[in-house]
Amino acid sequence: MEPSFLLVQSLSGLASASSLFVIASGLTLVFGVTRIVNFAHGSFYMLGAYVAVTIVPWLLEFDRSPWLFFLGVLASAAVVGLLGVAMEILLLRRIYRVPELFQLLATFGVVLIVQDAVLWIWGPVDIPGPRAPGLRHGVYIFDQRFPAYELFLIVVGPVVLGLLWLLMHRTRFGVLIRAATRDREMVGALGVNQALLFTGTLFLGAFLAGLGGALQIPRVSASAHMDLSIITEVFVVTVVGGMGSITGAFLAAVLIGQLQAFGVLIFPKITLVLVFLLMAAVLVVKPWGLLGRPEPAAGRAALPEGILHPRHFGRLEMALGAAALAALIALPVFADAYMLKVATEVLVFALAAFSLNFLVGNGGIVSFGHAAYFGLGAYAAGLLVTRIGLPMEPALLAAPMAGGLFAALFGFFVVRLSGIYLAMLTLAFAQIAYAVCFQWVEVTGGDNGVVGVWPSAWAASRQAYYYLVAVLSVAGILALRHVIYAPFGATLRACRDSEARADAVGVNVRKHRWLGFSLAGSAAGLSGGLYAFSKGSIDPTLLSIPMSVDFLAMILLGGIQTVMGPVLGAAAFHSIKDLFMPLTDHWRFFLGASIIALVLLFPRGLGGAFAMLRSRAGQRRLAAVTAA
Amino acid sequence: MAEPVLQVDGLKAGYGPAEVLFGVTLTLHRGEVAALMGRNGAGKSTTMKAIMGLLAPRGGRVRFDGSDVTGMAPFRIARLGLGYVPEDRRIFTDLTVFENLEVGRKPARSGREPWTPERLFAVFPNLSEMRGRRASAMSGGEQQMLTIARTLMGNPEAVLLDEPSEGLAPVIVEQMAEAVSRMKAEGIAVLLSEQNLDFAAAVADRAYVIERGEIRYEGTMESLEADDAVREAYLTV
Repeated sequence: MEPSFLLVQSLSGLASASSLFVIASGLTLVFGVTRIVNFAHGSFYMLGAYVAVTIVPWLLEFDRSPWLFFLGVLASAAVVGLLGVAMEILLLRRIYRVPELFQLLATFGVVLIVQDAVLWIWGPVDIPGPRAPGLRHGVYIFDQRFPAYELFLIVVGPVVLGLLWLLMHRTRFGVLIRAATRDREMVGALGVNQALLFTGTLFLGAFLAGLGGALQIPRVSASAHMDLSIITEVFVVTVVGGMGSITGAFLAAVLIGQLQAFGVLIFPKITLVLVFLLMAAVLVVKPWGLLGRPEPAAGRAALPEGILHPRHFGRLEMALGAAALAALIALPVFADAYMLKVATEVLVFALAAFSLNFLVGNGGIVSFGHAAYFGLGAYAAGLLVTRIGLPMEPALLAAPMAGGLFAALFGFFVVRLSGIYLAMLTLAFAQIAYAVCFQWVEVTGGDNGVVGVWPSAWAASRQAYYYLVAVLSVAGILALRHVIYAPFGATLRACRDSEARADAVGVNVRKHRWLGFSLAGSAAGLSGGLYAFSKGSIDPTLLSIPMSVDFLAMILLGGIQTVMGPVLGAAAFHSIKDLFMPLTDHWRFFLGASIIALVLLFPRGLGGAFAMLRSRAGQRRLAAVTAA
Repeated sequence: MAEPVLQVDGLKAGYGPAEVLFGVTLTLHRGEVAALMGRNGAGKSTTMKAIMGLLAPRGGRVRFDGSDVTGMAPFRIARLGLGYVPEDRRIFTDLTVFENLEVGRKPARSGREPWTPERLFAVFPNLSEMRGRRASAMSGGEQQMLTIARTLMGNPEAVLLDEPSEGLAPVIVEQMAEAVSRMKAEGIAVLLSEQNLDFAAAVADRAYVIERGEIRYEGTMESLEADDAVREAYLTV
């Protein structure tokens, strides 16, 4: 290979690293101060691009000067910065003290709302931006042509790094931010208004995301998918660099930029696999990233509270369970085709949600990428049937194996971390699995997926397949439930509540978590396989972030501190969504708003609300008895 | 006696289901040094946190410098002129000595000479030599001095000093005593929590003894030193 080609390749890697760094620096800054991983950071990036493709062409009408172009870019970033301020005041301020899982979910609610807002304001068609006046030409580096704008981008990253360094070390605002990154309560006790500091930080963070987006407009069109694709890359950069470390983010961005630039030459289709390998390698050696440090004991749990005392079924629950089982068996007799379809899906999701809560509620392992194992199970089953021509039965056996194997592989890394790092890593793995299914078109069918995943003849009717799903799903749930009550489940709860104490009494914490993660993954895989045959097709949305969030919403709705709550949550969530979605064009908005409302109003879910009512009634009875 | 600057009346506080303070009542007068004495777990630190607003009071009143500050945000209480030096120091380890002082800086109060880094370096000469050093590279004693200096940068009217002598070498404890005396000389009122009777006796005018979240004794430092029964009951281990 010619040296000039390698140089140009490396330069284009630097250009994308530069852009990536600008965005990631904002996320890591906001995390450092507020300890919130802002999912909506990708939305700010997208908004930056959309605002820029709106106002920059308008400015260029006056004069096609580079100055007006960059004025427009900065103005777009400032607009996005103000949106960050609005988000801080309206939402973040209310959730600084809630568990991380809720923070991630609430900011994901914002992602959904912004997606709908963007579609509403700018429409579904991608909008190309103008090219930068004065930087439209190419520069010859030896004999290779290289766009001048990319060279400019290469400069932007280090300039932003330098300016941030000056801000952090030479201004009072920066010193306060750095102090708050270590101990925000103490900063408050010294008389600093944290609210203002946090608002300012959100402005800066959103500004940087908006700047990153606005700078992209000469290269890529503004589109409604920019948010989730960038947020994954940014998560990877911040995790590899170390959460909260700006310099770390820069290093990681350069590493990943180069890796992608040269990875394209080796594995043109699946460069993300290389990124995965890099991330895995870094996290094994340095679990807190290149320049990160162990989380300061923030005194805040990742979880609201998990399953505390799994009670065995009392007479009431036994009766309810028996009634539910009877209803399951009797359903096909009176249900129409639509109800049967919904019921089948509810059963599938109930198993997936139950397996997720096995991790979250019972194990304290907040997985933000549970859809990966669900989707990989579905793909394993679907591909075996369509590509190899196997019948349904072995394919349904392969689904939990695939889910379990990948959960074992990813889980090996995941269980080394905890808290927010763990959540982000599970999410990153899920996105990598998603990207492979999306990009590996020859095998997976890419975006369109694969159709023709049908059950064997004996299970082909809706009724028969419904009974099959019911049997397998109920069996899966009962098996996992049994594990929760078994010593293994108790050990997982011990690891959740105090890793150090569990370790001290001789529990191999990592191994237990790893086994738990794999078990939950295989249950999700089975659920995914069942789903594939019920739909007759597979596609990448099965392992997408929104799917993972749906599962989280189900367990949250059901109450993560209850054993059977996730089943109720899955039933409620899926039937509401299925009824509601066709009625509105703005289901994302409603879903996002509902998730936020759920986090703010009912953090303990339906199950929790039920338990609270019951304990209140109990207290009232007690009060009545004592009074008498 | 001078007028009160801090009045705590029936203060209740706790963590989750655990009640720690069952109605603490005490007064700090302008310019005096008062010691809050008690064993581990008696409620000394909790009292200070609840006064400072770091822990939401569940009952009672806190008045500072003429205003009711019960349940106020800590930064507002700090801005009214109440300084807080936590027991575990909570220095910003990533920041330099100078930057730590910067975080504490607040506008001067009328009628007082404002604290500047230069004035503080005169009081704490060792800090002056390491102003550009990262706080993580300081010894425990130096960090303790820095927390006090950081609080003084806010030009407080009164300071809550939580266990200033805990875990320090005797020579540093002596320096701490000097620092407290210096604050008193500047007219700053100090409420310090202590287990070390010698230290308290060296710096404090009056003493309160707290046990299981209630004030059990109140008097001058001399009378506490003379009262064997109270010392036996509440202070010795």
